Amino acid sequence: MYETYLEILWNFVKAFAVGGTICMIAQIVINFTDLTAGKILVAFMLAGVVLQGLGLYQYLVDFAGAGATVPISGFGYLLANGAIKGAEKGFFGAVTGALSSASAGISAAVIFSFLMAIVFQSKSKRN
Amino acid sequence: MQTIYFDKKPRLVATGTIAGPKECAGVVGKYVDKTLTDDMFGESTYEKAECKMLTYAIRQAIRNAEAKEEDVDMLISGDLLNQIISASFAARDFDFPFLGVYGACSTLSEGIALAAALINAGYYKKIVAATGSHFSSAERQYRYPLELGNTRPPQSQWTVTGAGGFFIADMGGCNSRLAVDCATFGKVVDFGITDVNNMGAAMAPAAADTILAHLKETGRGADYYDLIVTGDLGALGSRILKDLTWEKGVEIGKKHVDCGEIVYNVIEDEFQGGSGAGCSALVFGSYLFDRLKKRELNRVLLCATGALLSTVSSGQGESIPCICHAVAIENV
Amino acid sequence: MTGKNRQNYNKNYIAYVHSFDPPTQHFKNCFRAFLVGGLICCIGQCMREILEKAVGLYGDELSSAVSIMLILLGTLLTGFGVYDRIGRYAGAGSIVPITGFANSVASPAIEFKTEGLVYGLAAKMFIVAGPIIVYGVLAGTAVGIIYLFL
Repeated sequence: MYETYLEILWNFVKAFAVGGTICMIAQIVINFTDLTAGKILVAFMLAGVVLQGLGLYQYLVDFAGAGATVPISGFGYLLANGAIKGAEKGFFGAVTGALSSASAGISAAVIFSFLMAIVFQSKSKRN
Repeated sequence: MQTIYFDKKPRLVATGTIAGPKECAGVVGKYVDKTLTDDMFGESTYEKAECKMLTYAIRQAIRNAEAKEEDVDMLISGDLLNQIISASFAARDFDFPFLGVYGACSTLSEGIALAAALINAGYYKKIVAATGSHFSSAERQYRYPLELGNTRPPQSQWTVTGAGGFFIADMGGCNSRLAVDCATFGKVVDFGITDVNNMGAAMAPAAADTILAHLKETGRGADYYDLIVTGDLGALGSRILKDLTWEKGVEIGKKHVDCGEIVYNVIEDEFQGGSGAGCSALVFGSYLFDRLKKRELNRVLLCATGALLSTVSSGQGESIPCICHAVAIENV
Repeated sequence: MTGKNRQNYNKNYIAYVHSFDPPTQHFKNCFRAFLVGGLICCIGQCMREILEKAVGLYGDELSSAVSIMLILLGTLLTGFGVYDRIGRYAGAGSIVPITGFANSVASPAIEFKTEGLVYGLAAKMFIVAGPIIVYGVLAGTAVGIIYLFL
């Protein structure tokens, strides 16, 4: 039992370290270039796609769990992973695989955003 | 020649100002006619709130001038939103002609100069010049949605929520001793700044160009004025302006005040200070106008600066052309 | 000034303006990004552990469920007007996690609601996050087609 707790704690440490590091790299890129938030997100998502396309991001996911899947590069990983799995089923799968694997995230973003937009008003900023 | 002189000395009679809660925490707080506790002003959208603020400022300027609305001959107004909707929509509440002007944040001095010119020529007797801006509507139009969690770069400025109306009349019709002496219309100046967050640096050359032209053509030194007021260069832009004029052998350092620099008590994310058409309208219409009336200041050169960009032009990578118009206002 | 002269002058002026740039606080920014980014990933990890142990999800379903919950969290914080405050503190630390993606979808939706449910809320929902979907689909499909021929 004690060892399970230790393992869970270790998982948290790994997730924190890897996730934090990915965000920190993004911050360094922002500091040294004038890329805006949108471009950073695209760049990191593409990095995830490319790394998974080369088969590398999977190692990071296996190692860090949420630390690798929660950053936007994890979204790229998901897209690439879906496409790779789809490609095993043929051309149709290769084309549909990417988006179908990411459908949960996109659907959730659309649905929740719609609900929030209905419920909330935009607030003016004091500071 | 860029400078025109008003020999009939049209008078700046009164102002009407309104400002949001954040602005009123600063230096203008004591002098504005109305302080908003809620920057929606009881409306459903920020654009409507901006329009209502502008309407209020115009009405208040007329009221403070102890004139009647039917006596007013014309409204000259503009704002920052696309197709100057706030000004046009505010104008539909009034029963006098409307002249829409756009000079981004320089709209104030452009409006006052045009009003003074029309009065000096004898075409009209009483004109209201007004402008305003709203942080949230400007942010929506020029930058990102308000709730987006992005960071503001340290060069950026904070659009002022506020509006100011200026009642200008011919010499005979009022007892004001505050005259519009002359005006210098500026050229569009572009030094190649493309960073939309660094408006101060983009506008400073335009301000320097107009101020230098004004001083040269009028033969006045910087010492002639008690204050040289720029619109919204911010802290960084003000430093650049001082450098640029100093390079040309004109020392304005001691006389120069920037509305954007003084409008906020910089606490958190205002960084370089305020910006927007409302910035100069608010600071000049309340704080500086009060000091002019009390004769603590006698000669002021108002140089509101404007960055003439749009989201389309900056999206296409264009640099930011800027303009500055100067209006000299004196106690006579 | 026109033509080449102007170009040179511009270059000098831009360099001169940059000399005024306030110094970026690299260490502070990076530390904050690391801290907040790490914390958000830890929240994700926490959800992962709970869903794995208590509900018995695994694999793709597990990561999808975690994503959905984090997106809900991101949109909720956006709705309450908290996320932009976190963003101002954390910089990339709150932009890069999936909650930042949720924020970039929800914030224009809330913002442009005043322009109508169709051309405001719905049409402008993806003005910030759209490129991620566009390039994500392009790149993902490219990877799929490459793997098809391998």
